[in-house]
Amino acid sequence: MLINSWKIKQNIREVCALTDINKLFSKELTVINLGLESFHKDLKAQNVKSMHVSWRPPSEASMKLSVLESDDLSEKIENANKEAIKRLLAAEPIIIGIGKAGIDIPGMTKHTILHAGPPISWDRMSEPLKGAIIGGLIYEKLATNEKEARILAASGEIIFDACHHHSTVGPMAGVVTSSMPVWILQNKAFGNFAYCTLNEGLGKVLRFGAFSQEVIARLNWMEKTLAPVLKEAMEIKGSVDLKSIIAQCLQMGDEGHNRNKAGTSLLFRELAPSIVKTKFSNDEKAEVLTFIDKNDHFFLNVSMPACKCSLDPLENIEYSTVVYTMSRNGTDFGIRIAGTGNEWFTAPCENVTGLYFPGFDEKDANPDIGDSCITETAGIGGFAMATAPAIVQFVGGTPKDAINYTTSMYEITCAENNSFKIPNINFRGTPTGIDLRKVIETRILPVINTGIASNKAGVGQVGAGIVHPPMKCFEDALTSFINKAT
Amino acid sequence: MNLCVDIRINTYYDSVALMLITKEIKKMSNVKQVIVGMGTELNKELAENLNLSNDAVKALTPNDFFIAAVSDEENALESIVKKVDELLNAKTENSCAEKEYKPTTLSAAVNRLQGANMAIISLPGKYAAFEAKKALNNNLNVMLFSDNVTVEEEIELKELGRDKGLLVMGPDCGTAIINGVPLCFANVVRRGDIGIVGASGTGTQEITVIVDKMGGGVSQVIGTGGRDLSSKVSGIMMIEGFKALIKDDATKIIVLISKPPALEVAQKILSMVKGTDKPVVACFIGGNRCEVEQQGAYSCVNLEDAARKAVLLSKGKKIEDFNGFTQSDVEIEEIVKGECKKFSDGQKYLRALYTGGTLADEAMKMLDKEGYRLHSNIPLSPELRLADVHKSIEHTCIDLGDDDFTVGKPHPMIDPAGRIERLPKEACDNEVAIVLMDFVLGYGSNIDPAGEMLESIIEAKKAMKNKNKHLCVVGYICGTEMDPQGYKAQSEKLEKAGVILMPSNAQAVKLCSLILGRLNKI
Repeated sequence: MLINSWKIKQNIREVCALTDINKLFSKELTVINLGLESFHKDLKAQNVKSMHVSWRPPSEASMKLSVLESDDLSEKIENANKEAIKRLLAAEPIIIGIGKAGIDIPGMTKHTILHAGPPISWDRMSEPLKGAIIGGLIYEKLATNEKEARILAASGEIIFDACHHHSTVGPMAGVVTSSMPVWILQNKAFGNFAYCTLNEGLGKVLRFGAFSQEVIARLNWMEKTLAPVLKEAMEIKGSVDLKSIIAQCLQMGDEGHNRNKAGTSLLFRELAPSIVKTKFSNDEKAEVLTFIDKNDHFFLNVSMPACKCSLDPLENIEYSTVVYTMSRNGTDFGIRIAGTGNEWFTAPCENVTGLYFPGFDEKDANPDIGDSCITETAGIGGFAMATAPAIVQFVGGTPKDAINYTTSMYEITCAENNSFKIPNINFRGTPTGIDLRKVIETRILPVINTGIASNKAGVGQVGAGIVHPPMKCFEDALTSFINKAT
Repeated sequence: MNLCVDIRINTYYDSVALMLITKEIKKMSNVKQVIVGMGTELNKELAENLNLSNDAVKALTPNDFFIAAVSDEENALESIVKKVDELLNAKTENSCAEKEYKPTTLSAAVNRLQGANMAIISLPGKYAAFEAKKALNNNLNVMLFSDNVTVEEEIELKELGRDKGLLVMGPDCGTAIINGVPLCFANVVRRGDIGIVGASGTGTQEITVIVDKMGGGVSQVIGTGGRDLSSKVSGIMMIEGFKALIKDDATKIIVLISKPPALEVAQKILSMVKGTDKPVVACFIGGNRCEVEQQGAYSCVNLEDAARKAVLLSKGKKIEDFNGFTQSDVEIEEIVKGECKKFSDGQKYLRALYTGGTLADEAMKMLDKEGYRLHSNIPLSPELRLADVHKSIEHTCIDLGDDDFTVGKPHPMIDPAGRIERLPKEACDNEVAIVLMDFVLGYGSNIDPAGEMLESIIEAKKAMKNKNKHLCVVGYICGTEMDPQGYKAQSEKLEKAGVILMPSNAQAVKLCSLILGRLNKI
């Protein structure tokens, strides 16, 4: 009996040696709370470390995710995403010069008009996009007035295509016609190019759908004076490294999409000496420098193609769930996924939440438009909001809200950027590389900082604010990805 | 009458928060009927039944939020929506005064919160097991407050927890105190050398409170959930918790609390008693005491007795069964006599309205031994089940925390509205003599359970008095002075309203039994 009981004791001692529960007893209790928030508050009241999860029930789409969770497939996806992030972080975007759309952009003709967003036919286009196309046709002298331009645009003689199909991006309407001067960028690490028109400034401008005479006159001046001066200046300068400029402007209160004050200033400093060295008259040089100086968004048209040429090498990485395009044409929002190649997943654009210029309100707003959310796709813009607290005021937020926007983007991205750092969150890298799976799982949508265009052709910009892509784009992308991967 | 409906697709709020809001909105003068909730099948059915449904409501999914109200005013919707938003935002304002960041997934929280070692999960049952598994895979201990988790899921979780050396407290576990921190529904009690593994929430609360009252203290209080000691789950967590306490240096005395376990499970657990030098008090409420004692554990007559034995053992004192009163016999006799004088002819029944299930169970078991047959929604035998749980007959003991009363409503320990409505009904019955109630304090519970009931108690007493009858109200406050509600403040309120307060549930029940004895002799 005695021996027997001793044996049991031994047995239990041995079993007990395996229990790790005791380790918990010597640690500080640190709690994650899912469900009733009062349990979290009770812990907080007792100064216990606790974090409340703002939990949401899984959506139908998130149930589908389990298909991708088999060991074999999830390993393939992880490896593919690693490769995608490796390529994105290795990108070295530089400006190599100024060119002309009709000559430099692949696949351009006199009758081709490129536009922002996924492909769309004339009849489905929103008014600001139509307005920009009308302006483009007048600028190209293919039409003399709005009426003629509308007839021509609807006639089928004009080829419309997405900028994204031509290594190009354009802010807002994103209209590119053959005579327009363009920035030429190259991703030095991979050799691929990207193109973007020159920024016209704010107010009544073509990219917001305005096409009055002053708009056309400015486009002509840009073609005749601005571009030639910049072209020669770039020939003198050689190239401009954009990765370091973007890294610097993020430390100066820009997020690289809706606030470009620092970026513009830095580019100005890079270009000014070379501009001065060109053979143009002092008046012309002064005009160009003044134009850049007066246009806070001048840098946007290089930060966008910088992101574009950084992301293009991600196209067609089999099994990768990284988003390499987000874009909208004012009617549809479209995304593309590395693992599903060139296929667009589209859904109707959302309305922008934001501040309006005096005299305008929600009734005047066109739904979300432009290729500029290529910046968010690459990990800046709205994703770097923490570094640009000024931007968050568009939606009445505080600096803490700005940090929370960025913090939430870490939940849907694969990596933290190795070059783009945010000082006030301990120089953490910006959230980079949107993972389709994480968007579906967390139901957190990418946050995009953007301008708001008028819903009438010819009016221009009416405000700025924050917008999200429709969830449907991601749900459809997941369905297609699953079909391809399984 | 106008039906007004406001719908917000893909907007999620916690159901309890919404129910509390529904309650607030109902108070608005222009609102006849209202539901504020998520578009679950249940809520849609409720809306249908309340004539608050339309095609839009019928088409909702559980991810959609809606407000549906009937009002006699034309433009009531605007004011209702405004009030709802106010209440929703008030919640966020309180909770994030500094706008603390709240991640939306468990994995994000794990990444952000360094050293996280415990997940408290109180999500709807069908999601709870999934998240609990994720928590375990992230090496977090789990307190699973949710019910409606299947027994298969429970076994899977507990086996996973056992293999990984992690606690899986629950499902349906309401009470634990780990490293001195009360979790979910738990009281603030002194730390000490008594370790507890409990399969019953309020049973565990009762024992910790009495341990504290007697000058003892607890090392760890581990919950297992009510189903742990069933033959299917076979006590996985009680065994693991028991092992951990055996090994825990801070624990000198071990208390096990459960309703009588399945026979083979009881044997398995009790066989472990021989493996430790630490005294083990096994409180298998209403179970076979011989079996417990044969294996070398101390058995108990009730929860209070278990707590007393643990404290006496911890102090190295001699132990014996206790089922008497803290007060002297003379004092008790005075109370009983005093009350009995006031009743009029025909008053003879007890109505016990409990918020704590184990306390209700204990009351019925004690009274059953005295020969009283108590009708209930959780009866000791099937023939005593109330035909209508909302209507008491003869002697009745109700567990207001049972599913009968809590589907679509918060637990009565959080919101005692159900009991506030129930009490006047009991006072309408001329044969009723005594109402017995528990008031459970501690974290998780309503911040003023006594205050919430006060008006209803005073009114009920008055209603009986107007009929020249007397309503004797006996109460028990399960709580300590250190609880957020404060024992003293709560007891003063109740005593002022004429409630006779007893120092334990067992003593409160015993007092009722003495009074009933006199009444039914007459």
